[in-house]
Amino acid sequence: MAGTAEPPRTMFEKIWSRHQVLEREDGQTLLYVDRHLLHDGGATAFDMLRKRGLKPRAPERVFATPDHYVATDSRRLEEIQDPRHREMVEKLARNTAEHGIRMFGLGGPDQGIVHVVGPETGLSQPGLLMVCGDSHTSTHGALGALAFGIGSTEVAHVLATQSLWQRKPRTMRISVEGQLGEGVTAKDVILAIIAEIGAAGATGHVIEYAGSAIRGLSMEGRLTLCNMSIEAGGRAGMVAPDEITYAYMQGREYAPKGAAWEAALERWRALPSDPGAVFDREVTLDAAAIAPMVTWGNSPEDALPINGRIPSPEDAPDAERREVVSRMLDYMGLTPGTPLDEVPVERVFIGSCTNSRIEDLRSAAAVARGRQVAAGVRAWVVPGSEPVKRQAEAEGLHEVFRAAGFEWREPGCSMCLGTNGDIAAPGVRVASTSNRNFMGRQGPGARTHLLSPAMAAAAAVTGRFTDVRRLMRGDA
Amino acid sequence: MDPFLHLEAVAVPLPRPNIDTDQIIPARFLSRPREIDHGQFLFHDARRLPGSPEERPDFPLNRPEWREAKVVVGGRNFACGSSRESAVWALHDYGVRCAIAPSFGDIFYNNSLKNGLLPVVLPAEAVAELTAQLEARPGATLRVDLPAQTVTFPDGQVHGFEIDPFAKHCLLEGVDELGFTLTFEEDIAAFERRYGRENTR
Repeated sequence: MAGTAEPPRTMFEKIWSRHQVLEREDGQTLLYVDRHLLHDGGATAFDMLRKRGLKPRAPERVFATPDHYVATDSRRLEEIQDPRHREMVEKLARNTAEHGIRMFGLGGPDQGIVHVVGPETGLSQPGLLMVCGDSHTSTHGALGALAFGIGSTEVAHVLATQSLWQRKPRTMRISVEGQLGEGVTAKDVILAIIAEIGAAGATGHVIEYAGSAIRGLSMEGRLTLCNMSIEAGGRAGMVAPDEITYAYMQGREYAPKGAAWEAALERWRALPSDPGAVFDREVTLDAAAIAPMVTWGNSPEDALPINGRIPSPEDAPDAERREVVSRMLDYMGLTPGTPLDEVPVERVFIGSCTNSRIEDLRSAAAVARGRQVAAGVRAWVVPGSEPVKRQAEAEGLHEVFRAAGFEWREPGCSMCLGTNGDIAAPGVRVASTSNRNFMGRQGPGARTHLLSPAMAAAAAVTGRFTDVRRLMRGDA
Repeated sequence: MDPFLHLEAVAVPLPRPNIDTDQIIPARFLSRPREIDHGQFLFHDARRLPGSPEERPDFPLNRPEWREAKVVVGGRNFACGSSRESAVWALHDYGVRCAIAPSFGDIFYNNSLKNGLLPVVLPAEAVAELTAQLEARPGATLRVDLPAQTVTFPDGQVHGFEIDPFAKHCLLEGVDELGFTLTFEEDIAAFERRYGRENTR
């Protein structure tokens, strides 16, 4: 090493350089894609290929599952009511069958939300470059992959060439140091991060999450964290692989086996950012200062600790923000100064690629156990995949939810964006474990508040936003 | 893809920050094939009164002066959120050829370039100034010159903007990347041999 020491590199730089097919003088880089995930919203890309007489270049690197358009009250294709929705699911099956792409199909044992299925099957791995025609592809970065969302034209491009032109993004390290308090989850951490840096805070950057609080998160927690990187504007989010990652991966269907596993471990252990690696930006948060969070507005950056109050336009720093706050409060039907924990909810959605994994369901069930969904509240639990559903049922969680008055449904994206028709009525307030509180996201006029699964369960059983720590202590 | 060179057109200000792609095209319209005119879905809910087909008179695109706009001038983080390319199709099919904002959602920015819609990043102060000019004179036009990489405001101020040279080339020629990338087939194949298949079972 003497005299030829290479400059320390970030994990992102290591993965990026390993996937460079070629680099143009103007900085555009053609990157090779290891894994390409598809869902049932991707029919257009196949149409684009067909028009040009092209075929997928490496179908063995492409994997699919229907999630956006599947019904969550049935597993039968013919029971999808809307013919357009049914056609989307059918088209995915046809397109993948035609090109020899593996699909985890509806009614099969592995179907689920694409960002739950990837890690669960072992397809998502440290050091891989992964893409999917969905902005929440950042999720897979939790395993130390470089994973990002792309549009339909890019999906067609990757299908045809197994590669993608990209300009190198900047890097940003977000360190969360210290210990998270009881009842504070990865969802609260990411909402606190976005509240801190803003919905465009990481635009043009790939985020690496670091620090002792992140190292202490389970794989499920890291998946939640990385999932919402896009809500901070980040191109991708990642966590360095470690023993938690390897323990999660070992034995999964697509994880390397035997000697290949040992070889992979050696590669993966070299992935984390080198000591002294320089990031373009650094942000640090104190884990102990993070409380359970709830959003009140129409951007994920509008998040407050549960003991906060609905803000007033009067307190806005400028006229533009005053107008925005006032418009959001009007849409959300909220009065300035109201304590968040006095705001009543009408629907509760526990699910989505953010928070539908087994640990999420366990934490919600722990709150629901022995309690009842409040009068007038309709509460859903939509597991992220068939394996999550099976595991939850093996643990009896579905009985806990049902006994408490929750509906136990079938895996899919469901109310996160309502593409399958699972929406809330205009004006209805939803406590949702999903990732976006945009106007109309869960249906025209629907009022979405983002929170953790435990906080969502607490809202369900009390009929309003409630600090889950009070329920955990037994004083509510 | 339609080539883009110059544009002199009415610009509509949409000055709010974080206008997301769910607002640009609500999710219930995403199952429509590309051939359908997506312009009819542009800001579908935002431009109508709640629960009604009736237009909100205060939504900028509903004002007669701005109805035919071919340029939108957005706020910070314009078109953030979902990767739905139909957000670009909705703008494109409506007739919009250029979007100007202080910053864009990354995926939308890339999707725009692939559909002949020019995304222009200008400093926040310049966008605020442009918005003020457009609001003062609804229906005012601006000029976009892609070869020169400039935007000329209604009052004559000229602002330069950055664009990736490759993206610029594709826009000017109206060609997409795919045909170009296919010419590198040998490089991709060589990479695949070098890289091996250790990551695929």
